[in-house]
Amino acid sequence: MRRLLSFHALLVYAFLYLPILVIVALSFNESRRGVRFTGFTLDWYRALFQDPRVLEYFLNTLTVAFVSTLVSTVLGTLLALGLVRYRFPGKGFLRYLLYIPVVVPDVVMGVSLLLLFAFAREALGFPKLSLLTVILGHITFQVAFVTLVVRSRLLLLDPALEEAARDLGARGFQTFWYVTLPLAWPGVAAGALLALTLSLDDFVVTFFTAGPGATTLPLYIYSSVKLGVSPKVHALSTLIVGLSAFFLALGYALSRRRV
Amino acid sequence: MNEAATPFQRFFRVLVTVGPGGLWLLLFVLLPTLLVLVASFLTRGPYGELSGPLGLHNYARVLEPLYLEAFAQSLLVGALSTLLSALLGYPLAFYIARHPKRDLLLFLLLLPFLTNFLIRVYAWLVLLQREGLLNAFLGAFGLGPYAFYPSFFAVLLTTVYTFLPFFVFPVYASVERLDWQLLEAAYDLGARPVRAFLHAVLPQTYPGLFAGSVLVFIPAMGTFVVADLLGAGRVVLIGNLIQQQFGVTRDWAFGAALGVFLMGFVLLSLYLYARIQGERGLEELV
Repeated sequence: MRRLLSFHALLVYAFLYLPILVIVALSFNESRRGVRFTGFTLDWYRALFQDPRVLEYFLNTLTVAFVSTLVSTVLGTLLALGLVRYRFPGKGFLRYLLYIPVVVPDVVMGVSLLLLFAFAREALGFPKLSLLTVILGHITFQVAFVTLVVRSRLLLLDPALEEAARDLGARGFQTFWYVTLPLAWPGVAAGALLALTLSLDDFVVTFFTAGPGATTLPLYIYSSVKLGVSPKVHALSTLIVGLSAFFLALGYALSRRRV
Repeated sequence: MNEAATPFQRFFRVLVTVGPGGLWLLLFVLLPTLLVLVASFLTRGPYGELSGPLGLHNYARVLEPLYLEAFAQSLLVGALSTLLSALLGYPLAFYIARHPKRDLLLFLLLLPFLTNFLIRVYAWLVLLQREGLLNAFLGAFGLGPYAFYPSFFAVLLTTVYTFLPFFVFPVYASVERLDWQLLEAAYDLGARPVRAFLHAVLPQTYPGLFAGSVLVFIPAMGTFVVADLLGAGRVVLIGNLIQQQFGVTRDWAFGAALGVFLMGFVLLSLYLYARIQGERGLEELV
């Protein structure tokens, strides 16, 4: 039984890693097509770095990810705090609203934002589909996730700590800044990290909300794949996989050291 | 400052904390959802714009056999990928939970999952194409080459690959909380392994199984990227139809109706899940 389980696990892990390893191997392959390894080359990486568009797409991706993560983390943290600490009319409704971006298939989310931007352009004359609309779209799904993550952390906190701060004369903002926020910090950091990952990974919402000049790396990969398999995409994928693996491993190592 | 804040102070605090995020949700979640609903009753104008008359005609069109078939295919992809994820993921969750290095194994499970979604889909395109690895492997035995891509099989395989961790994590969470004494008790009472598993272990993992199924079923049914790239026109799911209506066809009204239909399916499956698991289960899902 034990043996069978280990064998099964081995197969599943092979299934998970094989496709990625093949891409990595092929990115160093001289041959343009097929999987026969004909010789080692760095030509595809050279071609990638010589393409100025790729740098532009990379910067677009980073801009969207950082701006949207920053905004959504602030909005989400405050919203979570309000939801946990206060009672107000419409609270139940707001909580339902929060689940919509989490459960709605991303195609529906994408087209509904597209409709919103088209409607706003009709009524107000802006915004044109651009990097800005992509950022607005990303913030929308990120806010929901950040709020839920931070909220679950806040629910674990002892309300007595905040009461103590108030009894000692701290004002509302001081209590928040010196007591609540530091205690909620692991939740806020986890929420921000999740938001960043979701933004970097997103293709569908970007696809529907991006206009000309707002190409991100996932959009670039999609349009090149539509034209057929290309070794340049192998190289780009390898770089992205390598970078994310590096940062994840770093995070994993750091989290283990603290424990 | 003491306990009792004045009504104004309380109002101010709610305004500062809930205000911005709440406004955002109203503007970018509620309003677009309502717009989709309204658009689904409108008609495509001569230039692809939305216009009158209002009516249920888009919904009548959704029920045409051509579109119902896409719905059936989406449900099939959702159901089969959930089943395959269970076959791959359920035993794996047990293996990980009983392993001394389970942190590392969980991390290794998450790693490919956190690399870009599109790259994971693309990788399968490379493996399954005519001159891909699978055909090269089979060719070594004198078989093939087969047209694995584009096909329903390719879409299914890639969908499972993409969403498998969604299944393993909730199951792992319930395996970790498992009370193994029940299994021992079953053995003590003379149960054979299979029977002991079915009665003492399996029911304890139902919450994880349900959560994992919902988490795989919903995105598997709703995605269009996998079918778009690996089905390449042969596999058309609801998501693909929606994308077409908002893209080349430019019939936003009909696309919106399809979107409302897809949402209906999602809400129905969540409702069924909540009925089985209770309201708390819904919160644990996230």
